[in-house]
Amino acid sequence: MPLSAARPLAGLEPAATRPDVVRIRGLTRSFGGPNILDGLDLDIADGAFVALLGRSGSGKSTLLRTLAGLDPAPAGTVTVPSERTVVFQEPRLLPWKSVWRNVALGLPGSNARDRAVAALQEVGLSHRIDAWPLTLSGGEASRTALARALVREPRLLLLDEPFAALDALTRMKMQGLVGSLWQAHRPAVLLVTHDVDEALQLADRVLVLAEGRIATDIPVTLDRPRRHGDPGFVRLRARLLADLGVDEGEGEAAPAAPRPAGRPVPAGHPVAAPAGA
Amino acid sequence: MATLSLTQPAGGFRIERFRRFVPPLVIVLLWQAGSSAGLIPPRSIASPVTIIVTFWTLLASGELLQHLLVSLGRVTAGLAIGVSTGATLALVAGLSRRGEDLVDATMQMLRTLPFLALVPLFILWFGIGETPKIALVALGSAFPIYLTLFAGIRGVDAKLVEAASVFGLSQRELVRQVILPGALPSALVGLRYSLGSAWLSLVIGEQINASSGIGYLVMTARDFLRTDIIFVGLIVYALLGLGADQLVRAIERSMLRWRPSFVKE
Repeated sequence: MPLSAARPLAGLEPAATRPDVVRIRGLTRSFGGPNILDGLDLDIADGAFVALLGRSGSGKSTLLRTLAGLDPAPAGTVTVPSERTVVFQEPRLLPWKSVWRNVALGLPGSNARDRAVAALQEVGLSHRIDAWPLTLSGGEASRTALARALVREPRLLLLDEPFAALDALTRMKMQGLVGSLWQAHRPAVLLVTHDVDEALQLADRVLVLAEGRIATDIPVTLDRPRRHGDPGFVRLRARLLADLGVDEGEGEAAPAAPRPAGRPVPAGHPVAAPAGA
Repeated sequence: MATLSLTQPAGGFRIERFRRFVPPLVIVLLWQAGSSAGLIPPRSIASPVTIIVTFWTLLASGELLQHLLVSLGRVTAGLAIGVSTGATLALVAGLSRRGEDLVDATMQMLRTLPFLALVPLFILWFGIGETPKIALVALGSAFPIYLTLFAGIRGVDAKLVEAASVFGLSQRELVRQVILPGALPSALVGLRYSLGSAWLSLVIGEQINASSGIGYLVMTARDFLRTDIIFVGLIVYALLGLGADQLVRAIERSMLRWRPSFVKE
């Protein structure tokens, strides 16, 4: 069925819950082989921050592209608001347009520059308004991409692993920025990521996509700002990693003591102990 | 200054730059010495001093300028026709599959033909007036711009096009704001090739039955064994080529100023 860009009727919703901005029923998609998405159902409430986890190839990017209107939805119903926008994995800035013109790309009206400048100010880039994109650092380019999404005042913001290519420190800063921008503007957000910590840091609902459907759907009610060492955080992290098929013990040991795959290390072996312990 | 010890001192840098001009200068001096000593016959190669004097005489009499203007007029007319035709065809082929089917195979076949081999046909078709000369320049300059602009359009990053369409650009705006600027660096390389090809076509064109132009000046000089005038013609061609290259560089500096290499300047 065709992608319809209609808002769901608010009056039909229970009074206690916010209306859904995204409603997917029976979405199926394949690229010649087995179904990547297989009868997937998903609702996203207005203003919710939802993180979507999944192994690589699980179809999470396909789902995001379908919501963005970049991929067709051959089977199933997909309802999304027309005020939606995407922050891609790479910033995808036009190198021949200055930073503010990239942000203002496709904006109607004569005040496009003022709106772009305001958005850039909000992401902390007011000093780079007239810069050429190829002179930006990775973090600055990401901020520009974020400003370009923000300036459109979306009801649905789709983030496709937007920080995957950034260094660890810049990524933490960007995560903080996305969190505060979400709290200030309250769009519904779908964050596609492979980073469980990032998901738990930002989202108030975490999904795991497996075998073409939403396999896990858990609310995250931890207080903000969230700390990685918090017991609730650790518990959720272990559960999500298990759902993703990663044994947490394995995941913890791997960076500390890299070893050839397929050679089990007996318990109590010195190599298995965390480095520096 | 002590902290900058890794960089070349300013004086040494200047000597190094000057060093590059020493070999050509030595060659010219040896050439003049050989001519003065009678070792190089003037009917093979005129002496540098004679060439300079002839250059000045031709310039002072206005003869050189008159021929130069004729040549420039031919190149300008031919380039205008050739570049606009090549660019239009590249847009047609680059922006639509149907256009590619209609245009590209034909252009790819024609471009393998050495276009200078068409001179005899052009004389039969267009006579010996201005038309065959301008047509030759147009033909020579159309292919480079076609090939590079077509490749440039097709080489635009599909991810940028996708992103721009997500942000609400219409088909028309996509072409104007994304595809054409993306193809421009490649097209400007093509413009340089087109200019080079245009001069080459002009030289050939003016050597067939011309009654004016730099080529005519050179061909007449040959009949009178005036190697000095031939050299003046060669120098003028070289200067024109250099000027054309500078022109494209200036265009690149202003239109591609977003590139880091230009940004740093």
